[in-house]
Amino acid sequence: MYPDTLRYSKDHEWVRVEGDVCVIGITHYAQDELGEVVFVEVPEPGQEFDAHEEIGTIESVKAVAEVFTPVTGEIVEVNAALADSPELINQDPHGEGWLVKVRFSSQGDLDGLMDSAAYEKFLEDGE
Amino acid sequence: MAENTLVRRTPLYDAHQAAGGKLVEFAGWQMPVQYSGVLQEHRAVRTAAGIFDVSHMGEFRVSGKGAEGFLQAMTPNDVAKLKPGRIHYSGLLTEQGTYVDDLLIYRFAEEEFLLVVNAANAEKDLAWLQGHNDAGVTLEDVSSDYGLIALQGPKAEAILSELTSTDLTAIRYYAFVEGEVSGRATLISRTGYTGEDGFELYLAPEDAPAVWDRLLDVGGPAGLVPAGLGARDTLRMEAAMALYGHEIDDTTTPLEAGLQWVVKLEASDFVGRQALVEIRDAGLTRKLVGFNVEGRGIARQGHKVIAEDEEVGFVTSGTFSPTLERAIGMAYVPVSMATIGASLSLDIRGKVVPAVIVDLPFYKRAK
Repeated sequence: MYPDTLRYSKDHEWVRVEGDVCVIGITHYAQDELGEVVFVEVPEPGQEFDAHEEIGTIESVKAVAEVFTPVTGEIVEVNAALADSPELINQDPHGEGWLVKVRFSSQGDLDGLMDSAAYEKFLEDGE
Repeated sequence: MAENTLVRRTPLYDAHQAAGGKLVEFAGWQMPVQYSGVLQEHRAVRTAAGIFDVSHMGEFRVSGKGAEGFLQAMTPNDVAKLKPGRIHYSGLLTEQGTYVDDLLIYRFAEEEFLLVVNAANAEKDLAWLQGHNDAGVTLEDVSSDYGLIALQGPKAEAILSELTSTDLTAIRYYAFVEGEVSGRATLISRTGYTGEDGFELYLAPEDAPAVWDRLLDVGGPAGLVPAGLGARDTLRMEAAMALYGHEIDDTTTPLEAGLQWVVKLEASDFVGRQALVEIRDAGLTRKLVGFNVEGRGIARQGHKVIAEDEEVGFVTSGTFSPTLERAIGMAYVPVSMATIGASLSLDIRGKVVPAVIVDLPFYKRAK
């Protein structure tokens, strides 16, 4: 369920490192809790955020969830497909449903994230 | 999920587990919020059929000499005009004309009625009725006598007809009969909370699971799905049906909620009548309106309506409409602003988003 190639935050975001860029999305658990996503709001490329800062919101029929960036850096790309197809987050949360790419400035931000085994244990323990 | 002994289970609890329902606590009950997904369940009800467990609703029997007069004095609609075998929508109002609850009244006989009330208000409603029962009519909480299944959607009648010998075509909208479904005694009521045709089936609790399963068996091939509270909410919002705690509560009156048709001021006296007469004569200051959100995002309950940086109203309900595929909602606004086509500004989590007032309901089924 949770790929080894990703790292996970306690806020249920995942991060995939590609060179100096992190691809960020929300986890399967997070999308399942939210239900069917109908609106996604992400920042504009060029905006800078500190780790743990809110970068956007994801709305389902039932609820709204804030998305926090696990890493400090600059937004370099947003997933434009989500504007018309927000359901990608439900269908493929760890792949096609990615949210933003951030050029991160501190390797240290990644150290606080969990690997897949630790995240699964975190979920089992009930957050 | 932690076990909580104070949270009650309906007779269909096991059926929800078996169907993969996601259970949440609602009004003191463990209820399914969704099974396959809110959007899918919603669309199934609009195009085929869905079944909802609404066993959490409260039911009171009001009977004995003086029952009609008691209800006439306690509710704003005209009980004297309600015929046996028929149902009407009404409410319990405070002396201020605001809502204690909204409810359905079923008339069985001259002096025998069933009231169906919101689960969250059942205890309060019963106490309210008891507190006003000077005539000493028989007032019984019979909530635990019923499992309640709502079968809703354009295919509801066709599906139910396969399971009953009762003539469904003879049951008009807001009428009921005591018949049978799958050989089990059932009060079959042509009512619902979705804006579709459909039935509400009042069963003995022990009979409810078997009827639920038979509806799935027979209806499944026609597109029937089990539907949860999530879809129930989006369906009732599209149909612009009021929900206690949202459009109506103890601070709002039927007049401003667009429910003046429930209030028969000239029929007879009732609790809250004097206040409503005064409000009518003075003129309303605010009104419930429907709106389409023109920007992104969903305006939800409690979000503010603003004009010139001032809060002038508030959102009572909002959702993404699966039928219209856009964000819709309802809000109280000053009467001076309550014009179809007028623009509104909504404060959605600190961001000002434009909306336009539209006619209610958002969705009306083709007859």
